[in-house]
Amino acid sequence: MAGPNPKILPVKIHEYQAKSVLARFGVPVPRGEVAFSAAEAGEIARRLGGDLSVVKAQIHAGGRGKGGGVKIAKSPAEAEELAKHMIGMTLVTHQTGPEGRKVGRVLIEEGLQIERELYLSVLVDRGAACPVIIASAAGGMDIEEVAAKEPEKILREYVDRGAGVVPFQARKLAFGMGLPGAVANKFVKLLDAIYRAFLETDASMIEINPLILTKGGDLLALDAKVTFDDNALYRHPDLRDFRDITEEDPLEVEASKFSLNYIRLDGNIGCMVNGAGLAMATMDIIKLAGGEPANFLDVGGGANAEQIKNAFRILMMDKNVKAVLINIFGGILRCDVLAAGVIAAVTDLGVPVPIVVRMEGTNVEEGKRMLKESGLKFATADSMGEAADKVVSLAKQGS
Amino acid sequence: MAVLLDKNTRLLVQGLTGREGTFHGKQAAAYGTNVVGGTSPGKGGTTHEGFPIFNTVAEARERTGANASVIFVPPPFAADAIMEAADAGIEVVVCITEGIPVVDMLKVMAFLDSHSLTRLVGPNCPGIISPGKGKAGIIPHNIVREGRIGIVSKSGTLTYEAIHQLSKVGMGQTTCIGIGGDPLIGTSHIDALELFANDPDTEAVIMIGEIGGTAEQDAAEYIRTDFSKTKKPVVGFIAGQTAPPGRRMGHAGAIIAGGQGTAKEKMEALSDAGVHVVKSPADMGAKMKEVLGR
Repeated sequence: MAGPNPKILPVKIHEYQAKSVLARFGVPVPRGEVAFSAAEAGEIARRLGGDLSVVKAQIHAGGRGKGGGVKIAKSPAEAEELAKHMIGMTLVTHQTGPEGRKVGRVLIEEGLQIERELYLSVLVDRGAACPVIIASAAGGMDIEEVAAKEPEKILREYVDRGAGVVPFQARKLAFGMGLPGAVANKFVKLLDAIYRAFLETDASMIEINPLILTKGGDLLALDAKVTFDDNALYRHPDLRDFRDITEEDPLEVEASKFSLNYIRLDGNIGCMVNGAGLAMATMDIIKLAGGEPANFLDVGGGANAEQIKNAFRILMMDKNVKAVLINIFGGILRCDVLAAGVIAAVTDLGVPVPIVVRMEGTNVEEGKRMLKESGLKFATADSMGEAADKVVSLAKQGS
Repeated sequence: MAVLLDKNTRLLVQGLTGREGTFHGKQAAAYGTNVVGGTSPGKGGTTHEGFPIFNTVAEARERTGANASVIFVPPPFAADAIMEAADAGIEVVVCITEGIPVVDMLKVMAFLDSHSLTRLVGPNCPGIISPGKGKAGIIPHNIVREGRIGIVSKSGTLTYEAIHQLSKVGMGQTTCIGIGGDPLIGTSHIDALELFANDPDTEAVIMIGEIGGTAEQDAAEYIRTDFSKTKKPVVGFIAGQTAPPGRRMGHAGAIIAGGQGTAKEKMEALSDAGVHVVKSPADMGAKMKEVLGR
């Protein structure tokens, strides 16, 4: 297969990219450009004119302000200086984890006179099975905190799937946030644009926090976070260009090339499972048996021998892995196909750690026979519980 | 008795001529399901593996009396297929397809509101099997046995695991329903529990959930207020107790977002509602045996 599979790419994008998407639909955003170097940052600040500009680190995580990733410059020269410091720094926020993220690019924007900070988001409410607009006068803060402490400040409008957002709903939200009449009309237009962007780009969520009201009476998306529905990426080839591979785990990038659903974790027991639920349950049972899973890996329902082999290769690229548990319940994926893939992988790659295989379901006898006759050393188990106990004890011996 | 699917089911396979449709259509027929034909636009009038093929679901229903369908068409066309089946008046529509965009499912949900005779199961699910009667989907039938336990689950292979554990301890199933792991699905845990509540042959239920959303908490509330009146015990398992927040764990719907939808809160809600929650996925069958005193 050529190139990464768009279906299972992580579809997070940077703030400046999110703003460019929203601007396409007519959502007002501050003037600004992205810079990959301090010199570029200085040029952009000069081009924007005026003294004030804002330098914002572009990473796929929130909480940048508190971590030192958002700074105000009082001159283009200062913007350049700030960018010089910011590009290349490791930014640690409450969303990055302690290891932080390396900043590779910064957004330089015009400075604005802020009157009020509001919150606005669109997403699908699973329970109600329809989109919901969430708005709050308490913008610029962690919305989950607002929801927990002052739930009355969170306004919601459920969107009729046939009618879409009706202007009265936007007015209800605007007046509910205490916006004056003239601004309320601007809000109606803005929400219409955001909702169109949501539907037409197949977004999973659009979050504007803060949405600002300037002293001049304009509404602008000062920050923007957009995530997309990866199932719909096939009809948005343009969004693929937004991918920033430096924000992704290299093993997850490699797995995506082979349509494998892989998420790296901290433990030392590699897992290969078919089906997302069983893959999660396998992680759970490893933990219950006293071990730590090194990853989530769902090889999918219809994996072939080649994918199994690549899955193995990727598992072994994680040097923390001291033992591997293969847990397959054959439905579409037949146990004999799995066995062929595992045997080929172990023969080719010379897997140096113990492997516990537990399989059940379609063609299980044939699969077991193939493993046995391969002459390779596999530990086998007849139940998930037994498999977890075995792999945990093998991992402990190996470390 | 069973729910959703029994000996009166006349099953149509949408996308029968594709690789998956062919394999699982034949499997269903081999298991004794009355597979009456398939649809494949443009191939109407032909036969495939002995099954008659129709251009439209409406025609297939008229000619074969199909009352259920199972969908094996690729994601870009699956929403269309669901709505076509509903429009033709098919009563139970099982969509196996994984990867349908949420925006497409919003249209489907609106469409189904005005086609209330149709029940959708899935999408992104393994389908339904009523042991000894028939199946619509991909659940391997060699692991099931006839009996009195109902299963409802968001996960495919974890459903197989539950079936296997029950069968191994000698407990059969009435019907196993895979409801799917997508954020928008046609049949919820509550819907399935209601069906089992009204089925005299189902004496207990295994309910399998996972992280993400609040469907399990909603089901817990329903169990506490209504289902508990049936005195049918429920054994529950929630996958993803060790899943990191903010990461989508395979299924489109399996994500802990903003601290919401954790396994812990779901397990607590179910326990509070009287569900026998097991921590280990290996204990589902044994727990059921214990609860029923067998």
